[in-house]
Amino acid sequence: MAMITFRINRYNPDDERRGHYVQEYALDVCKGCTVLDALNQIKWEQDGSLTFRRSCRSGICGSCAMTIKGVNRLACETQVLALKSPNVTVEPMRGYPDIKDLVVSLDPLVRGLLAVRPYLITKTPPPSDQERLQSPEERARLDGLYECILCGACTSSCPSFWADKEYIGPHAFLKAYRFVADSRDEGSREHLEALDDKHGLWRCHTIFNCVEACPKDLNPTRAIGELKKELVRQRIG
Amino acid sequence: MTNFDPESIHDVKGVPVHSVHRHDVVIVGAGLAGMRAAVEASAEFDVAVLSKVFPTRSHSGGAQGGIAASLANEEEDHWEWHMFDTVKGSDYLGDQDAIEIMVKEAPVVVREFEHMGCPFSRTREGRIAQRKFGGHTKDFGKGGPILRACYAADRTGHALLHTLYEVCVHNRVRFYPEFFALSLIVRDGVCRGLVAWDVIGGGVHVFHAKAVLFGTGGYGQVYRITSNALANSGDGLSLSLRAGLPLEDMEFVQFHPTGLYQSGILVSEAARGEGGYLTNDKGERFMERYAPQKMELAPRDLVSRSIQTEINEGRGIGGGPYVHCDLRHLGADKIMKLLPQIHELAWKFLHVDCIKEPIPIQPTAHYSMGGIPVDIDCRVLIDGKSKPVAGFYAAGECACVSVHGGNRLGTNSLLEASLFGRRAGKAIVRFLRETRDFPELPSDAADAAIAEVERVLSAGGSESVGAIRTELKDKMSAGCGIFRDGGKLEKLAGELRGLEKRFRNIKIDDRSEKFNYDLLEAIELGHMFDFVELIVAGALKRQESRGAHSRTDFPDRDDEKWLRHTLAWKRGEKVEFDYKPVTITRFQPKTRTY
Ligand SMILES: Cc1cc2nc3c(=O)[nH]c(=O)nc-3n(C[C@H](O)[C@H](O)[C@H](O)COP(=O)(O)OP(=O)(O)OC[C@H]3O[C@@H](n4cnc5c(N)ncnc54)[C@H](O)[C@@H]3O)c2cc1C
Ligand code: FES
Repeated sequence: MAMITFRINRYNPDDERRGHYVQEYALDVCKGCTVLDALNQIKWEQDGSLTFRRSCRSGICGSCAMTIKGVNRLACETQVLALKSPNVTVEPMRGYPDIKDLVVSLDPLVRGLLAVRPYLITKTPPPSDQERLQSPEERARLDGLYECILCGACTSSCPSFWADKEYIGPHAFLKAYRFVADSRDEGSREHLEALDDKHGLWRCHTIFNCVEACPKDLNPTRAIGELKKELVRQRIG
Repeated sequence: MTNFDPESIHDVKGVPVHSVHRHDVVIVGAGLAGMRAAVEASAEFDVAVLSKVFPTRSHSGGAQGGIAASLANEEEDHWEWHMFDTVKGSDYLGDQDAIEIMVKEAPVVVREFEHMGCPFSRTREGRIAQRKFGGHTKDFGKGGPILRACYAADRTGHALLHTLYEVCVHNRVRFYPEFFALSLIVRDGVCRGLVAWDVIGGGVHVFHAKAVLFGTGGYGQVYRITSNALANSGDGLSLSLRAGLPLEDMEFVQFHPTGLYQSGILVSEAARGEGGYLTNDKGERFMERYAPQKMELAPRDLVSRSIQTEINEGRGIGGGPYVHCDLRHLGADKIMKLLPQIHELAWKFLHVDCIKEPIPIQPTAHYSMGGIPVDIDCRVLIDGKSKPVAGFYAAGECACVSVHGGNRLGTNSLLEASLFGRRAGKAIVRFLRETRDFPELPSDAADAAIAEVERVLSAGGSESVGAIRTELKDKMSAGCGIFRDGGKLEKLAGELRGLEKRFRNIKIDDRSEKFNYDLLEAIELGHMFDFVELIVAGALKRQESRGAHSRTDFPDRDDEKWLRHTLAWKRGEKVEFDYKPVTITRFQPKTRTY
């Protein structure tokens, strides 16, 4: 057990004049308690107006990404005591429009995603009573790409996104490469079209913030590198 | 496509005109059931999908283990074998016409997912890979466990859910993300749409539709220890009850044997499918005593009861309420390759490295077999038997068709949600081809919803929603969990009535309209009170033990009296019951042993 002070960045859209402010909540935290458990406990026992997104509690739905002690993380996967500090600051993720307290708008995330035509594009019809074949080696190329939970942690941590609100974003590049790398996909030109643009791939300065921010240990920067190669190949080809 | 004509939009009292939307089909829920239906119907009609969480945050994404289909990619398999296992697993309460449809269409549905782009794991030959799962066997139960569960590592639900979202994006399905359904509009046996709350912006919206589909998922959150997401509060069941419709077989609640100790977060059955052991305080593989042949791979209800018996008889670890799931003998390679997510979960939530230590586990409330009664085309039945509500459909975990009967087999529910979602989509398309006009929208359509929101936002009582919900969950776990008996159930019913009274005197901290989860959690708790009463009353009535429903005062299955489905309505303060026969075609009830 340890007494932890949570310093939470709050914002109420109905009170624009007040703007953002910090509110402190003290909580006795035991071993095993995640930041999400703590936030729930504060909401349910101290202050019902504290607002954040959450659903699965198990790191798979992507709802609870927020900035904890300066780093973008999933609240439900972050052990409070592992942060090794009596004070824990919690803020909404940077770069997205604020909605309320720790909740931000996902609109920029969705806009970027849609730009890369995030679906399998095929021209050859599939076999009618069978699956398409894909070797385990071909399938292995999708590992580290398909697991994205769209939490938004990567794009929020990216300086290119801070500078350009129309930047498509590392989450979308990762998705684009998930399809370009898929042996079944026949639409790399379509996925890449929007990326060859000033809001696209060329704005990435390989700072690797996105890699550090990803709670699923995925590597958008590598995907960006591969996509750049693919673009160049297509221009020549 | 219907032409949108703003002139023809009805005035609905208390709702601004711009907040009345009109779509041919309105689907509530963006899990596998809701989005699979949307994919189907959007080819021809204007489809809107509402979800209280962003689509890819739906709980289907949490499913790990697999989706069942007798593809026979890895070894010989037949739909008849799959059917036998499902019927037997259901403890003969599953309707065999619906089960036959499901097991026959399963290969088509799974292959379609592959065609849509789902990144399934592959066999050497490049086909969809399959693994073993509890209760799935060879040769009508005579052979051993069979490789039938199609999977994408241990992220099957995530892979399927994202694939469907991608196809919906491609098909230009109109999403209303973070819209919370408040009430269903049914008048004179015709469904006319629904009323919802815009979570981000605040405000009541009316959706006028020719057809409505519920794919609102399960209700595990009414139990203290559960594998379910916080969003799984059973809203659709309550909305349906409030519209005067019945629920079916609510007493059947599945407890998964392996939840992480204390949080209930799921350790997938894949852990046992790949060879994990269950051990007690003495280090014994205690399943030897309960299911000598199938051991850890016996069906869930049996394994959960075995674990609970070990715990109740003092053989939990250190005498505590948990046992061990031991993977160590599988070795680091196999664990990291086949069960990476389980390794991650145990580490992140318990700080246990399952390569080196066994994982502490306890049974966790997992799945609701019962739900909104539907026919094989997912049409919701007013009388629970044969009379459909025009234009109202339900599929997935919120529905009861009933393919799972008294107990669901692992990997059969991703299958059910997608397969019946697809069937619902097709049925809706047929319905819409014959239905030119929108049903009339009554001007008081939104009254009940508006009143509910106002009541909560102006609540001036003293009781905390969080505290009442915690009590409800604790009481449900204690009184209506794995083992039940008449005395405990009666006591529980009384306690729930007392709690509900206190619920009428709640306070609220957040009175704003924008992104107000304080408001929504209060509304969700109101939903829970509606249907937990039916779970408990149904469990009390059913004086037998069948599948997941286990009465210590009636330990045997009683086919003579209870080989039938429960139907229950809420009429005022009372629960009313009716019953209907089980459809039996190929397999006559037999004693269920493993
Ligand atoms: C941890 C876990 C693992 C599982 N693993 C497996 C497995 O390996 N194999 C298997 O076959 N099954 C598995 N299951 C079961 C299976 O995942 C579910 O039964 C299935 O995904 C349910 O799908 P669904 O579409 O019916 O509902 P869900 O995916 O739960 O979707 C419900 C939808 O309804 C929406 N909704 C609910 N209420 C409202 C409202 N009031 N307003 C607006 N929207 C609303 C939600 O936002 C959501 O979009 C697992 C379940 C759990 C909990
Ligand atoms: S609550 Fe789902 S990822 Fe944290």
